[in-house]
Amino acid sequence: MTTNTPKTMYEKLWQNHLVEEVIGETPLLFVDRHLIHEVTSPQAFANLRFHNRPIRHPERTIATMDHNISTRSIKIDAAGEGAANQLRALEKNCKDFGIELFGMGHKNQGIAHVMGPELGLTLPGTIIVCGDSHTATHGAFGALAFGIGTSEVEHVFATQTLRQNKAKTMKIEVKGHVGKGISAKDIILAIIGKTGSAGATGYVVEYCGEAIEALSMEERMTVCNMSIEFGAKAGLVAPDQTTFDYVQGKEYAPKGEIFEQAVADWKQLKSDEGAQFDTVLTLQAKDIKAQVTWGTTPGQVTSIDSTVPHPSSFTDPVEQESCIQALEYMSLTAGTKITDISINKVFIGSCTNSRIEDLRAAADVVKGYTARGQKVQSSVDAIIVPGSYRVKAQAESEGLDKIFTEAGFEWRLPGCSMCLGMNDDVLEAGDRCASTSNRNFEGRQGRGSRTHLVSPEMAAAAAITGHFVDLNS
Amino acid sequence: MEKFTTHTGLVAPLDIANVDTDQIIPKQFLQKTERVGFGKHLFHDSRYLDHAGEEPNPEFILNKEEYQGASILLSRENFGCGSSREHAPWALEEYGFKVIIAPSFADIFYGNCINIGLLPIQLNEDEVDQLFQLSPNAQLTLTVDLPNNKVSFTNHHNKQIEFSFSLSKFQQYSLENGVDSVGWTLGKLDKIKAFEATMPAWQ
Repeated sequence: MTTNTPKTMYEKLWQNHLVEEVIGETPLLFVDRHLIHEVTSPQAFANLRFHNRPIRHPERTIATMDHNISTRSIKIDAAGEGAANQLRALEKNCKDFGIELFGMGHKNQGIAHVMGPELGLTLPGTIIVCGDSHTATHGAFGALAFGIGTSEVEHVFATQTLRQNKAKTMKIEVKGHVGKGISAKDIILAIIGKTGSAGATGYVVEYCGEAIEALSMEERMTVCNMSIEFGAKAGLVAPDQTTFDYVQGKEYAPKGEIFEQAVADWKQLKSDEGAQFDTVLTLQAKDIKAQVTWGTTPGQVTSIDSTVPHPSSFTDPVEQESCIQALEYMSLTAGTKITDISINKVFIGSCTNSRIEDLRAAADVVKGYTARGQKVQSSVDAIIVPGSYRVKAQAESEGLDKIFTEAGFEWRLPGCSMCLGMNDDVLEAGDRCASTSNRNFEGRQGRGSRTHLVSPEMAAAAAITGHFVDLNS
Repeated sequence: MEKFTTHTGLVAPLDIANVDTDQIIPKQFLQKTERVGFGKHLFHDSRYLDHAGEEPNPEFILNKEEYQGASILLSRENFGCGSSREHAPWALEEYGFKVIIAPSFADIFYGNCINIGLLPIQLNEDEVDQLFQLSPNAQLTLTVDLPNNKVSFTNHHNKQIEFSFSLSKFQQYSLENGVDSVGWTLGKLDKIKAFEATMPAWQ
């Protein structure tokens, strides 16, 4: 390959971070930023101690408490003994190894993938890793960002590098503009519906096209966040003026001349004209409608004006069997209108949809209903969990919390909360939840519970009406 | 990490696609700070009828008499999707599995397995189908030969069948030699330092 060969953004990020590539070894890449939390780090710290190894660059790692914490109290013991043990272990590990930690109630505390971008820790052109699969979120900035296991957390601690085989590349172009009321969540769910839950396994995906360029940074984060839900190693959006404007002035972002130099470098990152991708997928934005999942993988999704599919509508026998199993678990009958599905729980939050724009969008829907005298149905429990303390403070300064609480929603403290239910925000068996999170797996939000993934707008409407609503009809 | 060369063991057929890491080890068991104690919670929600894990579900494959002692798990496409939790391979390993066979694996899960010495083997869908057809009717024993990248077994007609699989060179070397990957990379510290010296100020 000559140096004049057009390169994809992924190839540029790869080359810019390549420490060593030798025959017979997996290539070694430099890691710029490492985010850690209480659940997937303790065993990595333990192994460092066992081998008496230091952390190569403690200043490149930032810790937050997010997975296990209570959303009702900032007390470390509020989410039970197991959680408190992990949180205290994180405190001790960060202290011993010199890592900056945003602990309980800290103004910067939040879900790792909300906190990183809003503080300017997430920068274009970097490699960002975290022991969490939704690290793909940071790809919205044109950073190569992916989730890693605890053995890799340890590898990054000790060496500030990772071994990674090169992924294939997929371009997903969303042409034109989405219709009124169609959110970033609908775009990504529609993409996953098209590819299936493993459609991008082995790939790094680059999202592009007018509909993607038109998105705000927070919306791009929602899109990239769910890249893992169709198997992608990472998702990328080319950095542009929207990106630079977002990063500029953030607490940890470069300043002054260094920022100018950074922007000049970041402008080189976009895929070259004529760069070859292994796979190309094209969607027309105008065809995307509001999405609701009906099954137990994010790829089992359909439009709000549609019905629950019949197993016979799938040609692949494995997909047919998955549909049968999903309908049984979800207690749904094929042919049921999506708008006829009733829910009794609502969760607005998670690293997918807990940022200020998500809360504003949900609040707008709620305001529309309250103006007509409608509040959260008495049969529905609805909670709103902001993604970070900064998001919470911003929402409160705009009066969003009042809009929600006056309509009958609970306004909680930040954390991962009911997305995975490691704390006490857990669904009961048989509960049916409209959730703005990213996974509808069996038992994900509580054993025997049923999850429908939707946008914040749809979740807000479902809380008030008790069922899914076509907000455009 | 223990070295992996060859392994012969009983196959447990888990005929489900998209087995996610939440199913493999549900979140309520992720609160440990140690590396052990996950095996007894493997597949908890399917394996037990109660929350406490005291009442085994007789319908679940791992609770059936004929699959006791299984060390090779056979499953369907996209195995290990979802969360990056390494607790999932830890739980599989601690339960007694040495090998997982599926037509495809989620990327993070696959890497996590290699990093702890659990061998993920990708076979094509026809080969996986053949194994699923054999295993419910008879206790299927497979031999995995990592240095030669072969899986072999005897079929109904007493015929010896062999399937090939592949791994990247370094992954194979690491498994066969039980490489301490952190130690290996620390041996390259001069290369890392040289790279760091070239980085722009903003990075």
